[in-house]
Amino acid sequence: MSAFSALRPIGRYIRASRMVAVCLLLLLLVALIALAGPLLSPNDYIATDFNNRFAAPTLQDMRFFGTDDLGRDLFSRTLLGVQVTLFVAVIASVVSLGIGVAYGATAGFIGGKVDALMMRAVDALYALPFVFLVILLMVAFERNFLLIFVAIGAINWLDMARIVRGQTMNLKHREFVDAARLIGVSTPGIILRHITPNLLGVVVVYMTLTIPQAILVESFLSFLGLGVQEPQTSLGALVNNGISNMETAPWLLVIPASVLAFILFCFNFLGDALRDVVDPKHKT
Amino acid sequence: MLRYAYLRILGAIPTLLLVIAIAFLMVHAAPGGPFDAARVLPPAIEKNVQAAYHLDDSLPQQFLGYLQGLAHGDFGPSYRYRDYTVAELIGGALPLSMRLGALAMLLAIAAGVSAGVIAALRKNTLLDRLVSGVAMIGISIPIFVVAPLMVLVFAVFLDWLPASWASGGASRLLMPVVALALPQIAYIARLTRASMINVMSSDFVRTARAQGLSTASIVRYHAIKPAMLPLLSYMGPAIAGILTGSVVVEEVFGIPGVGQFFIRGALNRDYTLVLGITILYAALVILLNLAVDLLYGVLDPRMRDR
Repeated sequence: MSAFSALRPIGRYIRASRMVAVCLLLLLLVALIALAGPLLSPNDYIATDFNNRFAAPTLQDMRFFGTDDLGRDLFSRTLLGVQVTLFVAVIASVVSLGIGVAYGATAGFIGGKVDALMMRAVDALYALPFVFLVILLMVAFERNFLLIFVAIGAINWLDMARIVRGQTMNLKHREFVDAARLIGVSTPGIILRHITPNLLGVVVVYMTLTIPQAILVESFLSFLGLGVQEPQTSLGALVNNGISNMETAPWLLVIPASVLAFILFCFNFLGDALRDVVDPKHKT
Repeated sequence: MLRYAYLRILGAIPTLLLVIAIAFLMVHAAPGGPFDAARVLPPAIEKNVQAAYHLDDSLPQQFLGYLQGLAHGDFGPSYRYRDYTVAELIGGALPLSMRLGALAMLLAIAAGVSAGVIAALRKNTLLDRLVSGVAMIGISIPIFVVAPLMVLVFAVFLDWLPASWASGGASRLLMPVVALALPQIAYIARLTRASMINVMSSDFVRTARAQGLSTASIVRYHAIKPAMLPLLSYMGPAIAGILTGSVVVEEVFGIPGVGQFFIRGALNRDYTLVLGITILYAALVILLNLAVDLLYGVLDPRMRDR
């Protein structure tokens, strides 16, 4: 079984549903924008201009989104925000993916008492208000990027572990696993070479649901002033800044907030639709 | 049932202890001591200060001391708000936060269940799509985007509602409660819709229909109860969601609740305050989850035998 055959039903579905395809295209566009980031704008995202504070959005000089309370170009800053937010979210999702797949595949494949114990631990962790522990972590240590990745990744692996475990339990009784065992492949070898590739479809779909969650946590932390620090920025930090200036310059709030909401909506919509394909039981 | 309750309660205790231990160790592993920023003290005084806060004890001793304090409702002194203990700070703010959270929860359940049931009964109509679409938006848009936008529209542009808590009057509660409830309304509506559709296509509903019962009485007497069961297991995440959301809502609307102290504490590096609130919220979530589990056991006998 090739690694990509697990993705085939998803490809078929995307071609069939127009709305999902539109969402995917828009997200690809967002990803491209994020890759280029502030380079797309001729204006600097750090340069302040105190003669030009709270300038309304205009087409002149490509200052499409106006300027903020320090006279910085909001268009450039929003581009930077999209870049930072997506970057953090993708890395954090990869972290949670690594933990979740390893944990879930192990629990599902070994089964029995080990599985029961491992999943009980997941249940217990589910009940915790993790964001508070993450904030505690931010308070205790220097606020740095790395910590944000790790913290968000550490929250989001639980769902992934559950899904992967379920899939693994289905897979482990298939003939090709028996065949591998028969020719003497070790348990870690089977998990790595035969189980994991078949999880690809589910994992990709759940990634589209994990990324918006990670975005949410990152922007929540930045919104509280605990995440990304100046002069760097993220969409959450921009929203926060927009709130303090919303009476003089509502666009400072409305624009970053809309961009954030739009990205989250697209991810959720896509993930939701794709989940129904790979996991019909979960259908809502 | 007793055995089930016993096992559940027994399971909650180690979870709670684990959280306290993790949180305590995290603060402890933080670089620097709490008084490093103060001016340099003579060694004798510094020793006394250390002793007064039990900082000269060994780590297990400190942890046990902290646990002992917690058991008596003592969260230790605040490092930033002089003359206040953490328990005093939290105690003063908690009733307000609890009221806000409880109101939001009630609104979320009432609105979410109604919308979900209506959407399920009108499955695949325009109304259903509308509910599902709005719910999708409600799930996607975070509270810290919704709440300030609400202020901008209803307080700044339209001037219908007061923008901040300081204004007084009952209307100041409206926006915070709605903002806090919105994402939960969306989740509950989706869950209710799915589970209601499921129940309405089950055999006993078909039998009830064959006996000539109207849809209204089928829903009221037969379908609604089993359809609510999946909702019960969502209550745990919902509670955690409302606690997290309350931090944002209290910040945006300037409500002097626990969430405000949490943010101030986090920005000021008030270790004991943040530690205390984290533990309080974790305990709250664990306890409410336990209550939900027990309730589940009462309502659904199958759960007890697992």
